[in-house]
Amino acid sequence: MKVSEQWLRDWVDSGLSSAELAARLTMVGLEVDSIESAAPAFEQVVVGRVVSLMPHPDADRLRVATVDVGGAEPLQIVCGAPNVAVGMCAPTALIGAVLPGGFKIKPSKLRGVQSQGMLCSAKELGLAESSDGLLPLPNDSQPGQDVRELLGLDDALIEIELTPNRGDCLGMEGIAREVATLDRREFRPLPVEAVKPTVDAVFPVVLRDPADCPRYVGRVIRGVDPTAETPLWMKERLRRAGVRSLGPLVDVTNYVMLELGQPMHAFDLDRLTGGIEVRRARPGDRLELLNGVVVEPDGETLLITDHAGPLALAGIMGGEISSCTDATRDVFLESAFFAPASIAGRARRYGLQTDSSYRFERGVDSNLQRRAAERATQLLIDMAGGEPGPIIEAVSSAHLPAQPTIRLRPERIRKLLGMQVPADEVANILHRLGMTVMGHSDGWQVIPPSSRFDITLEADLIEEIDRIHGYHQLPSNRPLARLAMSPQPETQVSLDRFTAALVQRGFQEAITYSFVDPALQKALDPERAPLPLANPISADLAVMRTSLWPGLLKALIHNQKRQQPRVRLFEHGLNFIPAADGLRQEPYLGGMAVGFALPEQWGLAKRSLDFFDLKADVEALLALTGEPEAFTFVAAPHPALHPGQSARIERAGGVVGWLGALHPRVARELDVEGDVLAFELRIVGLQPAKAPTFRDLSRFPASRRDIAVTVDEAVTARAIYDCIRQRGGELLRDVRFFDVYRGKGVPEGRKSLALGLILQDFSRNLTDHVVEEAVSGIIAGLTEQFDATLRV
Amino acid sequence: MDALSELIQSAQTAIAGAGDLAALDQARVFYLGKKGTLTERLKELGRLPPAQRREAGQAINEAKQVLETTIAARKAALEAAALNARLATEAIDVTLPGRGQQPGGYHPLSRTLARIEALFARVGFTVAEGPEVEDDFRNFEALNIPPHHPARAMHDTFYFDAHTLLRTHTSPVQIRVMERQAPPVRIIAPGRVYRCDSDLTHSPMFHQVEGLLVDEEVSFADLKGVLDDFLRNFFERDLAVRFRPSYFPFTEPSAEVDIQCVICGGGGCRVCKQSGWLEVLGCGMVHPAVFEKVGIDSERYTGYAFGMGVERLTMLRYGVNDLRLFFDNDLRFLGQFR
Repeated sequence: MKVSEQWLRDWVDSGLSSAELAARLTMVGLEVDSIESAAPAFEQVVVGRVVSLMPHPDADRLRVATVDVGGAEPLQIVCGAPNVAVGMCAPTALIGAVLPGGFKIKPSKLRGVQSQGMLCSAKELGLAESSDGLLPLPNDSQPGQDVRELLGLDDALIEIELTPNRGDCLGMEGIAREVATLDRREFRPLPVEAVKPTVDAVFPVVLRDPADCPRYVGRVIRGVDPTAETPLWMKERLRRAGVRSLGPLVDVTNYVMLELGQPMHAFDLDRLTGGIEVRRARPGDRLELLNGVVVEPDGETLLITDHAGPLALAGIMGGEISSCTDATRDVFLESAFFAPASIAGRARRYGLQTDSSYRFERGVDSNLQRRAAERATQLLIDMAGGEPGPIIEAVSSAHLPAQPTIRLRPERIRKLLGMQVPADEVANILHRLGMTVMGHSDGWQVIPPSSRFDITLEADLIEEIDRIHGYHQLPSNRPLARLAMSPQPETQVSLDRFTAALVQRGFQEAITYSFVDPALQKALDPERAPLPLANPISADLAVMRTSLWPGLLKALIHNQKRQQPRVRLFEHGLNFIPAADGLRQEPYLGGMAVGFALPEQWGLAKRSLDFFDLKADVEALLALTGEPEAFTFVAAPHPALHPGQSARIERAGGVVGWLGALHPRVARELDVEGDVLAFELRIVGLQPAKAPTFRDLSRFPASRRDIAVTVDEAVTARAIYDCIRQRGGELLRDVRFFDVYRGKGVPEGRKSLALGLILQDFSRNLTDHVVEEAVSGIIAGLTEQFDATLRV
Repeated sequence: MDALSELIQSAQTAIAGAGDLAALDQARVFYLGKKGTLTERLKELGRLPPAQRREAGQAINEAKQVLETTIAARKAALEAAALNARLATEAIDVTLPGRGQQPGGYHPLSRTLARIEALFARVGFTVAEGPEVEDDFRNFEALNIPPHHPARAMHDTFYFDAHTLLRTHTSPVQIRVMERQAPPVRIIAPGRVYRCDSDLTHSPMFHQVEGLLVDEEVSFADLKGVLDDFLRNFFERDLAVRFRPSYFPFTEPSAEVDIQCVICGGGGCRVCKQSGWLEVLGCGMVHPAVFEKVGIDSERYTGYAFGMGVERLTMLRYGVNDLRLFFDNDLRFLGQFR
């Protein structure tokens, strides 16, 4: 809402400067977004009256005007405007004037004729985007008067960003009431007198859906002149509110809307048939709107119709068929109350947002319609003549919003605000806000004015009191609480520990969008159909991720394209996995890496990252559960991963996650460089952790024996480990794989594994004999189970 | 000079002349070894007349002790020299960088979230979470935002179907917590939220932290206190904080919270649009209609709620000037927030 400060001062002269006024408005909840000047700076532009006009001797389009600017001698000014006429008054820039943009007026010759100034259009004064001639000033203006003064251009426009509850401030009167209240001045509503009908013309109105439209005020005005000029003051007020002047009929309805907050409409009475009906749209209804768009409104849309069909989308926009034109003589004025619920969202449905729908959606005072109609009638007949008929009012009282009586208790004010507001201050504030306040045994009974339909509860009143009293008066209390500790189970490892481990291992956290490119999603998780958004913001952010990999891969590629050869990223967040029993929104932790295993550094050979580097990172995470041995890595295919370098991570038979190298085909399709390794873990799979339990320490030394065995390629390290563990019995403390070898000395199709066996007893020193026996047992087991041969 | 003196003399010359431990040991063996010259002398004592034996023996033993001391001293000197020589060859350039993995870092938004959580944890708030794909009821209706409410137009919601959407704020977590937990309630709810809007100052996904406190004696002044405290501690500055009336359908009274501009200190700049103030939070007292939706007696209990934008706080805290940087995940940006 753009407020002309001058207009506001006509209503209530607060005595505050523009800046103070803006600051005070902001602090009562009418947030001021900006203050700007009503017109750009210009000077030495005065009223000039064209006394005579002569054709220019050398130019068809130019004329030579003699202009009275109030001085002793009239000026000779060359002018090219089509509308220049003898007797008209127009802004005249004198020699020495500076127009917007720093344009200086100097004496000049135009095609050989002396010109001592310039007659100006609205555009040249920065008052309009475009003009097609001089800005006509009232013919009775005083030549020589400063145009800034005449037009009141030294005015500030205060742009207020209204919250949706303050529909009452979508008119100057509402803003004026707020200003009067905050500045403790008397508020005087605009005096509006009933206009006496001079003809008895009426037009019937029927409310078919009184819940949607409980009040409809209409009036016939006969014999208006639609070509009459809108007075300059009204044009200026409209302009400053950002509304274009379109002739008296439209201007008056717009002006009353800006002034009182009541949207109105003017129909050409000759183009109406039978009578007005306000009803919901029915199948087959069609309407061409004023903007030329044809709509077929749905059954939730309220229409203004006559006996011939739809005339307007109620509260949103009028129709072409019944609109006023320059040929209009008789007018039917509409001033209606539409329930917010019957308008809200409808304009959007048709791709519209109008000043009218904006107001009706937020709510209009349900008692305002007759007053607005009287005001508009008076303005219109003053400007464009005409004979008013009597007011026509169709109303369904039962459907009008009830005006609540609200109980207000001092104790409740104290409890909610945490401070006492003196009783006389409470009553005073409510009075100033136009409320009816009645004393009561435990406080007050309050009836808000019908314009403040947003106030229905005690809490609403308390907010009103607080904001006028001043939020700055609120104390700032330190918290007092009865606190209880909550359980902190040690078997729950916090996410922070997992992420800290990744950070320590060189991973950088990323945060990527939860919606991803469907193509990327399909490339990385082709077997799951992701949840699509009904209204994605763009085609490449159209489905909800089922995996963290699409987002991570996109981020990885972003960095590769910016000369980052080594990228290690992780992310945690929800994946959205459609399942038979509904959508599963589950937290995951995932990582992706490419490039060298270690940052480039001296003294170490460069080596590309491989599966086992990333496996170590994953194992570091699993170790935080306190029982890493509970997890197994099972070679298993995944559609996004290299078939030979892909592991499903399991715990107690359940899938915890995946680890592997990105499938070379996928990498090529997505234009990724290098071998990308990725992992993803279900965070629930990492829970519960095992709380530590103490195990005794042996006082006796440990013995180590290294062995090397050859086995078939298909035999996994894990199987060998399990076998050794089982055969090693109580004495075996640890098993270490320290080499895997293929090549000379090992038959084709087999591999050699070098293992360190660490044995220790709790009750004695181990003799060579005991150690040999244990190792032999292990070797025997490996031989039996895997056809292993000992390499010597 | 007798023979013993000569022997000692020559032994000392040999010891002093030993250039390394091996040469020194050779000298030791030559003089003091089992067949060493001095040892031979001891063996020959038996051939002396008994009257001279004692004196001669004493002289030899003294000589032996002198040589042993000399050898030990020489040995220590040689060892020290050898160690010094080795140390000299082992000197390194300590200014070369260390080897191995280098740590990564947290996303700046995580850093901010962690700070917010830590500050509120100190005054008893625990973290609550909720789903991001949310139902219309909890995202809107239960928060006193019925269908077609003008506030919905400000939310630019992503939908899946008529009833399912991406949460547009973290406020539905309030509803979920109050549905399952009777007062007192004292939570913050950090998380991702979504709005169908994308330009220089809007991201379709961003983060909020919601706060909710419900108890028997909770007032607007308590809310002001906790937020004053939070903002000063978050920015680590004694900055001016103001409450300004505003409107949210789910709180009454409602306030926007402004802080004195952290960029210009309140003098007016581009970031604060010359106002000297920055809007950083929305808050208010829980609306009675919200309590009614979750079955909490609004006569007995009062509560406050607040919500803050994590991106905005992060930008102000670290001077980040472009919202989009948060989701590009460019390592050159992320690396600034280890």
